[in-house]
Amino acid sequence: MTAPSTRRLPEPRVAPSVAATTNSHLQITDVTKNFGPQAVLRGVNLSVAKGGTTAIVGPSGSGKTTLLRLIAGFEHPDTGTISLNGTTVAGDGAWLPAHKRQIGYVAQDGALFPHLTVGQNVAFGLNAARLEGGRRAVNARVAELLEMVSLDASMAKRRPHQLSGGQQQRVALARALAREPELMLLDEPFSALDAGLRVATRRAVAKVLAETGVTTILVTHDQAEALSFADQVAVMRGGKLAQIGNPFVVYTRPADRATAEFLGDAVILDAWLEGTLATCSLGAIPVRRPPAQGRVQLMLRPEQIRIAEDGPIRGVVVDTDYFGPETTVRLKLNVPKEVAEHADHRYPGGGEVITIRHWNASIARPGMELCLRVVGEAVAFPMDD
Amino acid sequence: MSVLAVLIALFSLVPLGYVAYMTVATGWDTAVGLILRPRVGELLLNTLLLMAATIPLCLLLGVAGAWLVERTSLRGHRIWAVLLAAPLAVPAFVNSYAWVSAIPSLGGLWSGILISTLSYFPLVYIPAAATLSRLDPAIEQSAAALGLGAWRTFFRVVLPQLRIALTGGALLVGLHLLAEYGAFAMIRFDTFTTAIMTQYQSTFNGAAGNMLASVLVFFCLLLLVAEVRSRGTARYARIGSGVQARALRLPLHAYQLPAQVFLLALTALAFGLPLYYVIRWILAGGADIWTASEFLPALLTTFTYGLAGAAATTVVAFPMAYLAVRHPGWFSKSLELSNYVTSSMPGIVVALAFVTVSIRMVPGMYQTAGLLVAAYVLLFLPRALVNLRAGLAQAPKELDEAAQALGKPPLLAFIRVTLRLTAPAAAGGAALVFLAIANELTATLLLSPNGTRTLATEFWSKSSEIDYAGAAPYALLMILLSAPMTYLLFQQSKKVAGQ
Repeated sequence: MTAPSTRRLPEPRVAPSVAATTNSHLQITDVTKNFGPQAVLRGVNLSVAKGGTTAIVGPSGSGKTTLLRLIAGFEHPDTGTISLNGTTVAGDGAWLPAHKRQIGYVAQDGALFPHLTVGQNVAFGLNAARLEGGRRAVNARVAELLEMVSLDASMAKRRPHQLSGGQQQRVALARALAREPELMLLDEPFSALDAGLRVATRRAVAKVLAETGVTTILVTHDQAEALSFADQVAVMRGGKLAQIGNPFVVYTRPADRATAEFLGDAVILDAWLEGTLATCSLGAIPVRRPPAQGRVQLMLRPEQIRIAEDGPIRGVVVDTDYFGPETTVRLKLNVPKEVAEHADHRYPGGGEVITIRHWNASIARPGMELCLRVVGEAVAFPMDD
Repeated sequence: MSVLAVLIALFSLVPLGYVAYMTVATGWDTAVGLILRPRVGELLLNTLLLMAATIPLCLLLGVAGAWLVERTSLRGHRIWAVLLAAPLAVPAFVNSYAWVSAIPSLGGLWSGILISTLSYFPLVYIPAAATLSRLDPAIEQSAAALGLGAWRTFFRVVLPQLRIALTGGALLVGLHLLAEYGAFAMIRFDTFTTAIMTQYQSTFNGAAGNMLASVLVFFCLLLLVAEVRSRGTARYARIGSGVQARALRLPLHAYQLPAQVFLLALTALAFGLPLYYVIRWILAGGADIWTASEFLPALLTTFTYGLAGAAATTVVAFPMAYLAVRHPGWFSKSLELSNYVTSSMPGIVVALAFVTVSIRMVPGMYQTAGLLVAAYVLLFLPRALVNLRAGLAQAPKELDEAAQALGKPPLLAFIRVTLRLTAPAAAGGAALVFLAIANELTATLLLSPNGTRTLATEFWSKSSEIDYAGAAPYALLMILLSAPMTYLLFQQSKKVAGQ
């Protein structure tokens, strides 16, 4: 067992960590894959650092599971190469089959062997003959692994169908960890669980993986899961990785509008950008790293727009949705004076409807006028996006 | 795997190819002359009348039984559920033998309808009961909520959902009617199959017999098409997940007694009567019939052929099942179709094809055990296939991949996971094939090596010589062997209906 590594916290960093390092654990270069006439992967590049946690997130059909299956060795890439620890395992004429790749693999439903007990499942990858101490050592190791995933050792005698979904996933993880893999691949392992269990299981799994220090790749369609689980998020769309970076960076500074909207709610407004200042119906808002000048689309996260009594922006409540802890408020923006003077062909002079969130339902009722303030910087996308 | 499956599919098309070839080789004029004979017209009328009466009767009895057992407050419905499937354990020719023992003057169309209805209605009852027990009662409750009474609910909601089960059952009854030889020969009722057998025995391999076989195959294909068309494209899947509600049972009240009497009469005629006469003949025969020198060898031969045929069929079915489950597509679909067509071929046609092909192309094979086993494989492939497919579906390829990710090479992963998980289903399928072979008469009569005696052929020769007491032990053994098969089919139907 390796010493627990300190897992990087998702803290803001200046530059997105896209740069391919030569000493990375996994290196994927220009990989393409077609199924018949259908292009599933159209040139994927990804680098994963040793001990790092990467989430590949994307809508269904984006090719993320195919990418994971290529990494595992269940499929061959059409072109491009996949390297593990600097050794090419697929592409360029090289091929290392799945069973020789030193990987752990946890499938969507756990894929426990139904004909074996929990203990036999966990021990499946262990070789009793090669393990010092034989049968007894295997049993001890199984108990140890079950304990690691917070399951009682008495579970070893049960059958998979006698376990709950969350327990099955933990057993699958214990089974995958048994051979001390260098690379752990998780294919939507939490999606079959219901909401409450999902968060708890995800936390438990993340903790175990952090303790073992294994390099982990998680495939998911749930952006919240990706953002909370990983220290590197790779957003997949249409067979390509649209953006790779630290969770904070990809959420607050998405590379394009589609990524922005996939990763969470977004307020999108037409604006006019001069220097680093964009003018729109919300007034003049600072923009980080402007991609262009002139007409742009401005992206803000709803939580950046706050209700404040002294706020400079006014909007009339159109309607609200009450969710308990928070209320979604749709507002029709009024034109600020200094904006109205300049409003012309360059951007609309108010009247757009935006959606924000607030914890207090009583503060917003349809027809009420609210004062708003924008916090932080916005992201600008070129108009043709 | 694909190459193997194609070879098997081509092999399975031998009977159909033989019939087509024979029809062409005979020449148009001769063929027309042979087909448009009064004799063919007579057989045609017999066969059509038999089917027109028996299939609706089987549907009526099968659905009524299934509905009483699954959807009413019938007392003892668990016992009735098994008893109604039990007549399937009596081979039709044993049933015929019992009825002739009871009423020696029996013969002709009416007795044909009587015996085949009693023998084959479980073929409708089993799938109908399985589907009824699996139907989502919430749908019926919705109908009730929409203001439909019990009868209207049954006709407008339940019956349409039974369509797949009923057309499938009707097809099976039809195919059995076309293929049956022994039961009809014993009551001197002529159908295409009995006529082909007579032709074969008199002229060995004449054009007349071959043309009758062509007409018979034509009818089988017609039934297949009719079944596919009436089955339609509709699917009655349960939408949504969650635990299914328990089916509601309609209280019978005053109809309890009539229902019990009806079921008692039905099972008494279909199962009680044959069992009674078999036992009566055994008691009448005394100890002599058991000590006869043919008895033990026949049992041994039956077991040998049964085991060999079951093993061969399972091995042959595996590549096809594997392709169908793991690589579904037009390719596996067309393989299945070829197998489906072959499965409708009567034993007599398969046997005739094998006789002709072996004599013309591989004379060394004629009347060898290998050829007979090959015919068994073709006849009973679907039974093994259905089981293997269900078994393979329980072993998704993700499990194989999980084993590979755990360091097992692909072949070892396949053996330790896929084969291991498929084994129980394969064994179930093999058992069904074994028991079907134990009761097979027609192909065995034509193809077995000289001097081969199985339970079925020995029963047949004894009862043909009116040695009814001597035939009784063979009949009893065949019923005993068929009992577990019937139970297996019954259990299996409950699982299949859920998919």
